[in-house]
Amino acid sequence: MKLTGFLLLVAGWVIVVAAPLLLPSAVPRVAFVLAGIGVQLLGLFLAVRAHRVFEVERG
Amino acid sequence: MIDLPLPSLSQSSATLCFVLILLVPLAAAGLALVNCGLGRSRSAAHMMMASLCVFGVAALVYVAIGFSWQGAVGRPAHVLMIAGKPWNWIAAEPFFLRGLRLDLSADSLIVLLQVLSVGLAAVIPLSAGSDRWRLGAACASSALLAGVTYPLFAHWVWSGGWLVQLGADCGLGRGFIDGGGASAIQAVGGLTALSVTWILGPRRGKFSREGIPAAIPGHNAVLALMGCLVAWLGWSALNSAGAILFAGVDASSVVLIVLNTTLSAIASALSAAVVTRVRFGRPDASLTVNGWMAGLVASSAPAAFLKPAAAILVGMVAGFLVLSSIDLLESRLAIDDPGGAVSVHAVAGIWGLLAVSLLSSAGSSGQWLAQVAGISTLLGFVLPLTYGLNWLLNRFYPQRVNEEGELQGMDLYELGAGAYPEFVVHSDEFTQRY
Repeated sequence: MKLTGFLLLVAGWVIVVAAPLLLPSAVPRVAFVLAGIGVQLLGLFLAVRAHRVFEVERG
Repeated sequence: MIDLPLPSLSQSSATLCFVLILLVPLAAAGLALVNCGLGRSRSAAHMMMASLCVFGVAALVYVAIGFSWQGAVGRPAHVLMIAGKPWNWIAAEPFFLRGLRLDLSADSLIVLLQVLSVGLAAVIPLSAGSDRWRLGAACASSALLAGVTYPLFAHWVWSGGWLVQLGADCGLGRGFIDGGGASAIQAVGGLTALSVTWILGPRRGKFSREGIPAAIPGHNAVLALMGCLVAWLGWSALNSAGAILFAGVDASSVVLIVLNTTLSAIASALSAAVVTRVRFGRPDASLTVNGWMAGLVASSAPAAFLKPAAAILVGMVAGFLVLSSIDLLESRLAIDDPGGAVSVHAVAGIWGLLAVSLLSSAGSSGQWLAQVAGISTLLGFVLPLTYGLNWLLNRFYPQRVNEEGELQGMDLYELGAGAYPEFVVHSDEFTQRY
């Protein structure tokens, strides 16, 4: 689950970076940037959750 | 491809910058004192020793190879073309600073500031690994930070890289703005701290089998509070020198920058003190220390562009944020970060980056998108990279001390002597044994 979280962090970053480079108009740019941030937040959630589950199991 | 001009400094501005840069190590010294005070007495000497060692290793590695990847504005760099737009991703300098004239030029002042800044960034994760991070592993980790993570990201932010060029290339305000290192120093250090604490795991007895955290208080509030004042001087110098050299701010703005840095720290510390007073019935010294440091960190990016009232607001928000974050990390996410490095440096640093577009005079059309792109890069590039590097290091060179070392304390186990030999160390300092 942690690996998935990190992959989502990277994927979201690629979306955010690609938006200003590839999209000329403001509205799609903002939409893509927000979507990318959303993907990253999901990735961060998965990464920290994976850590918590691991620590609780380890006791 | 690089259209950002190198700042042209008058003789007096260059001299002022040089004097400011000489004060920057006080930021690391203050941070080391804070980390030491918030840790246990049986690892106090180890913390100070580790601070000195990682500062030194990071500076050496940066001089050897780090600057080759980071470079400076107007110097050689590798540029990709993506959709017809330049993407300056890494510098192309020779190793060991060859080819640089080391005088009072802007180039050489930038190198000097960077050598000290990377040392500061390397000290940040130490508190997250307090009581269980081996000295050798901490040094190796700081070498990776100074040789790979820091210079790559700092190139993007400060050396004409793609983040700072988002304004010129994509019309996003003035591009990513970070005058004093809220991202390149603080957030990079804070995210490395998160990686380290994930890899090391919590201290023995920190969490019960049900995941409930035990309080392990710091051993010396006096050291921690003294560290705040020392750090303030270093931070004021860092924010000022950074704003002049990286953001092109006029040297006469130094007074405003120092004032804003101070106001932000005070507001953050007081808001932390008030919140803990309301919540626990008494102001909490260690959380107030964290609040002070968070105010300094949050001021790093926007200090040169804020009005004093806005600086106070930045600090107040930083104080609330750092308390919430410390509580969330420890109580809900089982992250054992004894000195609060993740909350103080990563969370408050990110807030400072956002404040540039929300509250400062630097904000213009699209500026917030540039700041968000920088924050996204911290989460999507720096965090996976620094976690991956430390995970790899841990595979070949285990970073956590063994059980005996943890029970004995890092001072005796790794250094052979305690920080306070004339005192009897009390029984395991409130740690639960299983």
